[in-house]
Amino acid sequence: MTDVTPRVRLTGITKSFLGVPVLHGVDLDLRGGEVHAVMGENGAGKSTLLKVLAGVHRPDGGTIEVDGAPASFAGPTDAQRAGIAIIHQEFTLLPHRSVAENVYLGREPVRRMQVDRRRMVADTRDLLDWLGEDGIDPTDAVSSLSVAQRQVVEIVKALSTDARVLGMDEPTAALADHEVELLYDLVRRLRERGIAILYVSHRMREVFDLSDRITVLKDGRLVTCAPTGELTPEDLVRYMVGRDLGEYYPDRAAPGDLGPVRLALRGAGNARVRDLDLEVRAGEIVGLAGLQGSGRSALARAVFGVEPFTTGGLEVDGAVRRVTRPRTAVRLGIALVTEDRKGDGLALRQSVRDNTLLVRRAALGGRRARARSDVSRLLDLVTVVARGEHQEVRFLSGGNQQKVVLAKWLAVEPRVLLVDEPTRGIDVGAKRAVHELLRDLAKRGVAVLMISSELPELIGMSDRILVMHDGALAGELPAGASEGDVMALATGHTAGAAA
Amino acid sequence: MSILQQHTTARHTVRRPALRRRFTPVVVVYLALVALLVIGSVLVGVRGEVLLDQAGILNILTRSTALGLVAIGQTMVILTGSLDLSVAYLIGLTSLIAAETMAGQDGMVVPGVLLALAVAAAVGLVNGLVITVLKANAFIATLGVALILRGYLEDNYTGPAGDVPRGFQHLGYDRIGPLPVAALLMLAVAALAWWYLSRTRPGYHIYAVGGDIEVARLSGVPTRRVVVTAHVLCSLAAGLTGIYLASRLGSGAPYVGTDAGYDLESIAAVVLGGTLLAGGRGGVVGTIGGVLILATLDTIFDDLAVDPFFKDVVRGVVLVTAVALYARRMMADRTRGRLA
Repeated sequence: MTDVTPRVRLTGITKSFLGVPVLHGVDLDLRGGEVHAVMGENGAGKSTLLKVLAGVHRPDGGTIEVDGAPASFAGPTDAQRAGIAIIHQEFTLLPHRSVAENVYLGREPVRRMQVDRRRMVADTRDLLDWLGEDGIDPTDAVSSLSVAQRQVVEIVKALSTDARVLGMDEPTAALADHEVELLYDLVRRLRERGIAILYVSHRMREVFDLSDRITVLKDGRLVTCAPTGELTPEDLVRYMVGRDLGEYYPDRAAPGDLGPVRLALRGAGNARVRDLDLEVRAGEIVGLAGLQGSGRSALARAVFGVEPFTTGGLEVDGAVRRVTRPRTAVRLGIALVTEDRKGDGLALRQSVRDNTLLVRRAALGGRRARARSDVSRLLDLVTVVARGEHQEVRFLSGGNQQKVVLAKWLAVEPRVLLVDEPTRGIDVGAKRAVHELLRDLAKRGVAVLMISSELPELIGMSDRILVMHDGALAGELPAGASEGDVMALATGHTAGAAA
Repeated sequence: MSILQQHTTARHTVRRPALRRRFTPVVVVYLALVALLVIGSVLVGVRGEVLLDQAGILNILTRSTALGLVAIGQTMVILTGSLDLSVAYLIGLTSLIAAETMAGQDGMVVPGVLLALAVAAAVGLVNGLVITVLKANAFIATLGVALILRGYLEDNYTGPAGDVPRGFQHLGYDRIGPLPVAALLMLAVAALAWWYLSRTRPGYHIYAVGGDIEVARLSGVPTRRVVVTAHVLCSLAAGLTGIYLASRLGSGAPYVGTDAGYDLESIAAVVLGGTLLAGGRGGVVGTIGGVLILATLDTIFDDLAVDPFFKDVVRGVVLVTAVALYARRMMADRTRGRLA
């Protein structure tokens, strides 16, 4: 049921911040019952466009039409009144409150001086039913829900304002693999019910799976807007970066590049993983695949001493070591780039410089920690773009934040580098820079163990691939294995690996 | 993706165990209170006395009244993620204002009460505005207001002042059976606060602001108004405490609030009652439980004639244990959220 008049039409939107133009005359229309994806590198203007739509930013030029009538939003409430709701990347839910209380937060229905809880719960239940999400009870506390269910609540919250246009900013960023499928399903149901959806994402696969049309932005300009069927992933990458990224990944290590074994596990295990035997050599990138919960991250955390191994042995550079604390790991030259960049990787309110020196100052004693340092050289090496070393990290884009995390580890010159989802939620250009950096480090004798849920990345980068299933290693695959082989091992269908 | 899907949906249906839901902090507090009463009865019984006789019950309830009133107000501000360190001096100030205005005349009781409450509300308004408009940290802001009040009290009073008419002293001493009227009034205030917090819109918003002020703001909650209101209500509760204490003492006393340490004591009671110091979770029911525990401890110690310093040690241990227990639960909650 695609309407003729678009629900919302943005025409010639321009917006500058402090004289720096961010959007140059962007057009966008959203039709009921359509998923419209917006793609582009970080800084291409996607979030600004979303915020213009949400009434957070007022455009400097251009017009907004809602259902064919011109509109202007003085603030988010105006946009909300016009039926536009945005689901932000960060959740806006109160964990200790119930689902219904969250959905009607700030708009609680009142009857005879009291909050009409019965109506609140009933209305929330109606909306959940309408979406076909009967697994969630309106009286459940949000803290008892899974991340995917929280997202449903977030969507219900938006819909409860009678929204007919829904903007979603990187909705899968916080979701585990199996939850993404649930979100797809939900988005499709919303589309069937005539909601217009603006879908902002970095993930190619999602965009092709879900969207009806794709708009690509680059440097604040509209590059193209075309039905999804007429575009290929290669087209999209070319539009987004403005050049061909045919080769995608840096060259793999040649057999002669490999050095001695840097990290070895001999039958290591703990409560989450068991019987791990593996070796990572200097100069190689070993990919670690597996489903969410298969023990990939647990392995990395165990090596790093967060949740140490309780059985078996761990060897670093041939010597048996007991690593029971991250501090010990750091001193042995092991580094861990965690999956949760903002939560575990960075002190968001501190400067780029302080973050870069965080590990060096914390874990290394004496003169090495105090040494007048080479922060700028490190930052150049990882190609961080920041206003300066003193800018707070929270103001950087995801890609630049990740580069700061890498710089932080490079500052202590690790010999073993564990990276968990190194390119999650960062744009194509930054992704490529991270890939090149990892390969570069390997070339300089670092042993890299890379965990990634993105199979193309894992396969493209790894010199060999270890696959985990249910807390144990399920098998090893050579460079360039197919996605099917990896998935077969990861899901425990070992018969598939032979095929 | 479909193989993956089948494989992982089983994990998805794991539900929070019902047990956790039943043992909320409120339940734990009252279980602890019952346990304390049992242990206390035994200990006191060994000395040949009875803990829960008429005098004992009266003692516990009387001790609970003043602290209960302050703690109810303190619960409001702590739930918003703020706190109030000025209540102790405000209690002294309002007791003086009430007693001096009444000046022994029955006809001046109502004006005295109203004036004391008006001053209390004004102090609460200042607290709230300093925190929301000047963006001062609540700890510092209310400490500053406390210092201002102390300066005023020290400058103008050296000891008790004013005179409460005999008729008004009934408030402090009358009983219905074994139950003091004032304790019943305190419980009525608690009931009102409970209704406000758990049934009204402004109450909902107190939880929202304490849970995450940014989320609340983005959801259209008038966050400033919520914080200011909570502070006014807290100060009004402190004002009521001052009035009650004036009625009991027969006059106003500048240090009646600070001598009893009602500032920190009330925060302790709130935290003991399971309210998060960071806000957003908890409530008045738990707070009253916390107050009763502290009052019962005091009564038991008095009956046992325990060294007052040892008393403080035990209170400290109880408080730290309680908070550590709640923290463990929070940690468990958080890990579960991460795994889910």
